[in-house]
Amino acid sequence: MSQTAIRTRDLTKSFGSTRALDGFSLTVPAGEVTGFLGPNGSGKSTTIRILLGMLRADSGTAEVLGRDPWRDAVAVHRRLAYVPGDTSLWPQLTGGEAIDVLTRHERGTAHRRRRAELLERFELDPTKKTRTYSKGNRQKVALVAALSRDVDLYLFDEPTSGLDPLMEAVFTEEVRRLRDAGRTVLLSSHILAEVEKLCDTVTIIRAGRDVESGTLAELRHLTRSTVTATTTADPARVAAAPGVHDLAVDGDRLRFDVDDPAVPQLLPVLGELGVQNLTITPPSLEDLFLRHYGDELERDGAEVRR
Amino acid sequence: MTATTAPRTVGTAGHGDDGGGELTGTGALLRLFLRLSRRQVVVWALALLLLVASSVVALEETYPDAAALQARAALLGNPAAVMMTGPAFALENYTFGAMVANELALWVLLPAAIMSVLLAVRHTRAEEESGRLEMLRALPVGRYAPAVAALLTVTIANAVVGVAVGGALVGTGMATADSLAFGLATALTGLVFGALAAVAAQLTEHARAASGLGLGAIAVAFLVRGVGDVLDREGSWLSWLSPFAWAQQTRLYVDLRWWPLAVSAAVTLVLLVVAASFARRRDLGAGLRPTRPGPAEAAHSLLAPTGLTRRLVSGTFLAWAVALFFFAVAFGTLANSLEDMIADIPAVGEWVDLDLENLTRSFAALMLSFLAVGPAALAVSGVLQLRGEERAGRLEGVLVSGSTRAAVLGRWVAVVLVEAAAVQAVLGLGVGLGVAAATGEAGWVAEMLLGSLAYLPAVLLFGSVAVALYGVVPRVASLAWALVVWAAVVVFLGELLGLPAWARDVSPLAQTPLVPDASPAVAPLVVMSVLAAALTLLGVVGLRRRDVGAA
Repeated sequence: MSQTAIRTRDLTKSFGSTRALDGFSLTVPAGEVTGFLGPNGSGKSTTIRILLGMLRADSGTAEVLGRDPWRDAVAVHRRLAYVPGDTSLWPQLTGGEAIDVLTRHERGTAHRRRRAELLERFELDPTKKTRTYSKGNRQKVALVAALSRDVDLYLFDEPTSGLDPLMEAVFTEEVRRLRDAGRTVLLSSHILAEVEKLCDTVTIIRAGRDVESGTLAELRHLTRSTVTATTTADPARVAAAPGVHDLAVDGDRLRFDVDDPAVPQLLPVLGELGVQNLTITPPSLEDLFLRHYGDELERDGAEVRR
Repeated sequence: MTATTAPRTVGTAGHGDDGGGELTGTGALLRLFLRLSRRQVVVWALALLLLVASSVVALEETYPDAAALQARAALLGNPAAVMMTGPAFALENYTFGAMVANELALWVLLPAAIMSVLLAVRHTRAEEESGRLEMLRALPVGRYAPAVAALLTVTIANAVVGVAVGGALVGTGMATADSLAFGLATALTGLVFGALAAVAAQLTEHARAASGLGLGAIAVAFLVRGVGDVLDREGSWLSWLSPFAWAQQTRLYVDLRWWPLAVSAAVTLVLLVVAASFARRRDLGAGLRPTRPGPAEAAHSLLAPTGLTRRLVSGTFLAWAVALFFFAVAFGTLANSLEDMIADIPAVGEWVDLDLENLTRSFAALMLSFLAVGPAALAVSGVLQLRGEERAGRLEGVLVSGSTRAAVLGRWVAVVLVEAAAVQAVLGLGVGLGVAAATGEAGWVAEMLLGSLAYLPAVLLFGSVAVALYGVVPRVASLAWALVVWAAVVVFLGELLGLPAWARDVSPLAQTPLVPDASPAVAPLVVMSVLAAALTLLGVVGLRRRDVGAA
């Protein structure tokens, strides 16, 4: 297996006058869990469906497991498993039948054992007709089908939509097991906590373009930590310190953001002020996310930033 | 969402001042449903307007005088003709109006009935099955508001269709009162079947099954009216069991009477009460019977290459095969009244050779060509079901499970076409059994079975047109239905309307020799088979080149 499981370069894809992808590039290293973040409609599903060979990109290249997914779809599919964000199942089949149809080429006792184990872990009753399933249960069918397969690459497109927190935790554990076993996972999501828990690297997509990608540590480096403290001294010196932004003073309470590289220079300043109740919160993925989409959200009138 | 055990009635005090009864929001829902279906309603109404107006004009040209009309009347004693027309009230003195009423009415009533079934199911069970109804019911709308809005939608659709039919007749110069009665009869017949579909929608959880029940009821009503009128040319007691008879017994343009329409209205009301009482007994989303658990693992047959397709399409095919088989047997047994006909109407001798065996053979051949519309429609519907799979996002799962697009489409088409071919053979068997039972000659079974196979290339061609459209231009794949509709118009009305040869030749069924009456010409069958293969291939190539999920 090559060092890179998925590589796309400058993908574009339009549906009529809508440009879903506009020069999108993505690299997924083999053996890692890569997060794929973006708001609804930013092009995540379009990308994944190009990676599956369902859609043909208008331009640009896509390579999955060393092959062109459009031309060699079947060869690629034999080595990957996929969970869509909204699983549609055949209403007249039972959940168990649907799982077997979706894993039609899997043979052998190892697969049967794994299937039984997953059914138990996800607490799914396979004898029920799929039309009686809730969205979460339909999602479990797709998860059991995908996770029961022993393949190199797993593509998850917002897989936990509709799952309750307990089942999300089961899913998280299963992805960790995949990572430990050296499998490659691409996890698209807009749930930041999920990505933060699981992913080694993250690519952020916005309006069909990749706007940021790297390891979580790298990405955090680009962002700011949030500092809160109380002090009776004059906070003007803090405001003047390099890398400090958005200082808000409320009585004796301070709150501001600071560029991560500037933190070491800031600490002596805070010490001189005699601050108490100091907290420095490293940026969450959410902050990262908001930094990329905040203006968009604000434009939409949503009050996200203080 | 459980049904309340305590009876709740409209306007009961004690619900506080919630400002709403059981029907709150009906108006808004009605507007929504009309918005969703307005295009269909307009298309149905325009199509019927066009059919009626152009038919009247064409008939006026084809049958300009009393002699021509009387010659036409002489042909109508044939049981095949009776099945395909209606009760004839003035055969001795066949007027133009009597002809329009007798020979056109059924073909106006049938589309109205089909439209009503499809619309009623679409706005009741289909909404419920998809989960959209739950969303609507969560809004401040009354318990019965969605159902009432759905029925009002069907009512309005039928009113529009009725006005179109009546207007077309008045516009082409037919007698006003009778034309209005024709329009009203069309609307009321549609409503009867709409109400019947509403009952069906309560019985089953699936929209497809509910539509199937409704369409099956139309077929039974069609058959009952036909057989009843064969027993007595002006309608026997049996005819009166069919909603079509209630419309046709108004003696339009002969001796107009309105009261049979009251039967339609009364039965509609009774059916609606039945539907409402069923609705009160069940939970949202459920049928009357609870679902039972099924197998936890797929059987080997389901995992076979064609297993899933067979599972998804075979139920429909089987149901239609059974229904069409009985239809075919019933048609076939009509051959026993051929002998009476020869005795009754000597004039028929001018039309065909008076030899009873020849007459039976040509009659049976005609039946085969009528019935072949069934497998043709099944082939198109079966192929287009794959488009539904793709739209629902289920095709992706099948492809990711490790099949090529060509294989998925190829298997699907193979299953559909093989099953459509089997239904065609079953039809031949049915007609053969019916004729054999009527004539007491067992040889008909084999002859009709063989004869029915001549329609296979045509049936395959219908299916392959759908395949090509699905593969290349999926957005307009349902245009394949246009060919089926055209073939039905040609086979049922082509002669009556005097359609030109080129227009009839568009229909693959018209290209098939009228076996076993006519000698089987091989050339058109070969051409149609080759064309079918080419179109299927085109569909496969198209699907391989286009985006999946774009259907």
